[in-house]
Amino acid sequence: MSTQERTTDTDGERPDDPIVRVHELEKHFPIKGGILQRTVGHVRAVDGVSFDIQTGETLGLVGESGCGKSTLGRTMARLEEATSGSVEFDGRDVTTASKRELKAIRRNVQMIFQDPASSLNPRMTVSQIITEPMRSLTDWSKSKREDRLYQLIEEVGLSKAHLSRAPHEFSGGQQQRVAIARALSVNPQFVIADEPTSALDVSVQADILNLLKDLQDEYDLTYLFISHDLSVVRHISDRVMVMYLGEVAEIAPTERLFDAPKHPYTRALLSSIPRASAGAMDDRIVLEGTVPSPEDPPDGCRFHPRCQEYIGEVCERTDPEVEPVDGRADHVCACHHY
Amino acid sequence: MTDPLLAIDDLHVHFHTEEGTVEALDGVDLEVYGDEVVGVIGESGCGKTVTMLSVMGLLQSPPAEVVGGSIRYDGRDLLTCSESELNEIRGEEISMIYQDPMTSLNPVLTVGRQVSEVLLAHRDISKRDARERSVEMLDACGLADPERLMDEYPHSLSGGMRQRVMIAMALVTEPNLLIADEPTTALDVTIQAQVMEVLRELRSDHEVSIVFITHDLPLVSEIADRIAVMYAGTVAETCSVERLFDRPLHPYTRKLTESIPKLDQPATRLPSIDGTVPSLVDPPDGCRFASRCPQFIGEECRSVTPALTDVSGTGRHEVACHLYTDVSEASPPWPVDDEDRTAQQPTAETDDGGRR
Repeated sequence: MSTQERTTDTDGERPDDPIVRVHELEKHFPIKGGILQRTVGHVRAVDGVSFDIQTGETLGLVGESGCGKSTLGRTMARLEEATSGSVEFDGRDVTTASKRELKAIRRNVQMIFQDPASSLNPRMTVSQIITEPMRSLTDWSKSKREDRLYQLIEEVGLSKAHLSRAPHEFSGGQQQRVAIARALSVNPQFVIADEPTSALDVSVQADILNLLKDLQDEYDLTYLFISHDLSVVRHISDRVMVMYLGEVAEIAPTERLFDAPKHPYTRALLSSIPRASAGAMDDRIVLEGTVPSPEDPPDGCRFHPRCQEYIGEVCERTDPEVEPVDGRADHVCACHHY
Repeated sequence: MTDPLLAIDDLHVHFHTEEGTVEALDGVDLEVYGDEVVGVIGESGCGKTVTMLSVMGLLQSPPAEVVGGSIRYDGRDLLTCSESELNEIRGEEISMIYQDPMTSLNPVLTVGRQVSEVLLAHRDISKRDARERSVEMLDACGLADPERLMDEYPHSLSGGMRQRVMIAMALVTEPNLLIADEPTTALDVTIQAQVMEVLRELRSDHEVSIVFITHDLPLVSEIADRIAVMYAGTVAETCSVERLFDRPLHPYTRKLTESIPKLDQPATRLPSIDGTVPSLVDPPDGCRFASRCPQFIGEECRSVTPALTDVSGTGRHEVACHLYTDVSEASPPWPVDDEDRTAQQPTAETDDGGRR
């Protein structure tokens, strides 16, 4: 579990030491209708997603709202029950784990949520919030819990004086620091961060991103970093996965994804990011229309109605497989072009 | 140069709350000329929205109170206008797009009714003509099948469509000044790109000045001619987009531009700003950025409020900072070349002086 391994990603040879394996994961939400509240359809939020996360790496997960990225994260932490497929964490299947097994898994898999204001219990003090996971998931003694609490509060950039305060007394950035301390209290190996900086101002966002990186180095953490902000994802990730309408569009090492994106959706997404310089939008691809409803996704490639590189009937008929492109095992893409 | 269309001068706005008086705006100066797009950027709570709500006369009072300054629009002082005069101006000459398209449309009225309402209120126009004009405007905002859309209710539209309806509502009377308050914040990037495209096209088709409020610096740099950077209720710097990126003068502007993760730069540690925004209840004297400023130069910063001063000689670059006392030759005390940007300046004083 060395953090150095992450840097080898770019030259094509990855250490094959996955801590998380997701296989054909599906999560469908039933839609109830009529007076009997029968199931009249399904929202296919996550629809057959497979990928690995290597130990010590940060996998960035990007996509637009409704593409299933948060549902995927929540299903991986088993905050949602999977419809089918599996999520293996360190060899154990999270989706079928018993209550007891789940407790052990939760010690190692923790989440950080988007909105710190609503993910912290307003009636608890900061010290209660941070110790809660240790009380329920570990058998640590009180003194050990306290030691960990004092250590963490400093590590996330707060002080002991903050411990007796309630969440509402803090700014958004400080609240997110508390949420990070809570997630790390039980010494997890794998942290799912669901848009952890989206609710924060840029200068505060920079602080939190730096903090997440520091903590990763210190504790050899593996991150799944979910965000809609591509510049943030580029900054923090070793590899990036792009989702569209419940499916994987493309996965590649960060530099490669940004330098040589393959999937037309990835390219459109990259070109729509505002650039922090003048005159950088000459080659912008502006997509037509909006993301279709995941309740009734288009046949074939789900992106074909908006695709600027639609090549014919094959796009409408056949759902493209996620396959390696350019003969690289570390760059996969689901498009009929390749 | 001609007179500005909108001139905000030394605007002070206070909010009277239970915790005390929040000095939300502390001497805001901002000018918007004809056919100009001004981007107003800053972090939450810096007063961007409050400034623009003051222009629209939409501040709720109490708790808000305008305690000083003037807002001149086309020769008239909006702060002394009567409510009926304001109603003449609002919607007709100045209109505003609000941040959240989900909540700014009335859910029980059709899109058509809401768009044409603006025309019916301001023009002596028949319902049929108003409808026709509304359809044209929806079409101009890139909405497909506008005829059908007129009879739809907002809930059946997506976020991007709603925001376009908001833009159509704001522009249907062909105002001279459009205030857009974070118009794309609630939208996905690909939809954001579509809405920005609409704004750019409308701007080239109609002669309209736009004030674009956002916390997203890269986004605003796509559309703005000039940028005003706000910090804790004051304007820190105003300059062209190019200068903002090449040669920002105010230490806060510089820190702000640096803390954005760049797409074309390798992952390095992001520079951040030490400390937090001071409380606006009983804010510190002097420069409001002093306690966090890496270029803190001494007592002057903590006791004297720096005035927004022209440093270019042409009125195109103004900064409120004590570093620049010699107005003729203002250059930043840090290296301006890209290669050197990441290097920490050895001359920079540490910020321990003002830390609390």
